[in-house]
Amino acid sequence: MDIIELSWWQLAVAGALVLLLAVCTHLARLDIGRPLLIAAARTMVQLALIGLVLEALFTVGSLPWIALMALVMLLVAGREVMARQKYRLTGGWAFGIGTVSMFVSAFSVTVLTLAAIIGPEPWYTPQYAIPLLGMLLGNTMTGVALSLDRLTESAWRQRAVIENRLMLGQDWKQAIGDLRREAMRSGMMPMINAMAAAGIVSLPGMMTGQILAGTPPALAVKYQILIMFTITVGTGFGTVLAVSAGSRRLFDGRERLRIDRLKAH
Amino acid sequence: MQLARLELQGLSVGGLVNVDLEVAPGEIVCLSGPSGSGKSRLLRAVADLEPHDGRVLLGSVDRESMTAHQWRRQVMLVPAESQWWADTVGEHFCRPVPEALTELDLPAEAVGWTVARLSSGEKQRLALLRALSCRPLALLLDEPTANLDNETTRRVERWITDWIRQHGLPAIWVAHDAGQIERVGGRHYSIRGSCLEPA
Repeated sequence: MDIIELSWWQLAVAGALVLLLAVCTHLARLDIGRPLLIAAARTMVQLALIGLVLEALFTVGSLPWIALMALVMLLVAGREVMARQKYRLTGGWAFGIGTVSMFVSAFSVTVLTLAAIIGPEPWYTPQYAIPLLGMLLGNTMTGVALSLDRLTESAWRQRAVIENRLMLGQDWKQAIGDLRREAMRSGMMPMINAMAAAGIVSLPGMMTGQILAGTPPALAVKYQILIMFTITVGTGFGTVLAVSAGSRRLFDGRERLRIDRLKAH
Repeated sequence: MQLARLELQGLSVGGLVNVDLEVAPGEIVCLSGPSGSGKSRLLRAVADLEPHDGRVLLGSVDRESMTAHQWRRQVMLVPAESQWWADTVGEHFCRPVPEALTELDLPAEAVGWTVARLSSGEKQRLALLRALSCRPLALLLDEPTANLDNETTRRVERWITDWIRQHGLPAIWVAHDAGQIERVGGRHYSIRGSCLEPA
């Protein structure tokens, strides 16, 4: 089966619908029109550019260029994690903790999956490496961003509770324990829900894409299960790292809650 | 239990500079001053809850020689406004203190109450009991009777002062009311500018 060609005017029809949605929400004074249009414009430009980049990358196929691409993806994801937090750790920690957590978790799971499970020749074959890393990084980013945002915001709001627990002689891990569990939960819930709903409520994007491109459904399903598991592992470890490092940073060496290390944006 | 005095050496926090203070076992030192003068921050600094300069010792033991949570378990700060995180009152206590409940005019079932139904006066008394149930070796009290009526205030004052004297705890008591300062007894300092002055 050949995939049906999409032309630009057909995309323009879908784009017009987004525009219509923006106009409607504007008229209803729901104040979402501007961010909606900016995001839609971003998705168009970014995906068009990445199409060009991927075509070039697939032709070259050398490790240094793939690594450079991966690095750029990581830094953009790190910036995005930071931007999504209302209360940010100061001194570069908001960016640092998010980025390092994603790097350690998403990159090692990607390399492990490529080298030990899928096994393309060579292992960094960009047709496998870049989409896999993209999916892992994208989902890990969501988990890390949600959990850090939850952690810092609840620490900000509940600082009196945390301090009262410290006054009663609890150590910092006990004093912020509830908040850490909530943060971990909010980081993991999207993936847990996605796995629970997969195939019944939703058909995951990659599987749909492979089927559209002519892959037999049985094989597409296997790939999808693999991806779901690796994404969950990547998201999970990334979130664990971010929550641990983030909550540690909220306290100093004398176990004082350092809410002054957070800044509202 | 060994009795130890609480000793502040050259403590500086916020507007207060170089505060020296010694509190003997079983002694209550009252602290007063206009709001915003740094009474609460001084107590927080002694409990090591915010960055500051200076040393604090309990007996001959320097605060820096133990972890911060061990220190706070021994030198316990009871804030003016208490916070409750679990569902029921009892979950916040280190150990049950049934006889103390009745002495503070609270029924024995109070430990099973849900936190949401507590009045501000009940919270204040329960916060004191909660702190003392952890058997601290020194007490830092920040306006411990602010939300109580006159009669309950007297009762709570008597009960805390008895506890402090019986157990030989050094205590710093932040108070507004001149009558209370007189009843509680002991030395009284007020904050003038950047230092403590005997009042």
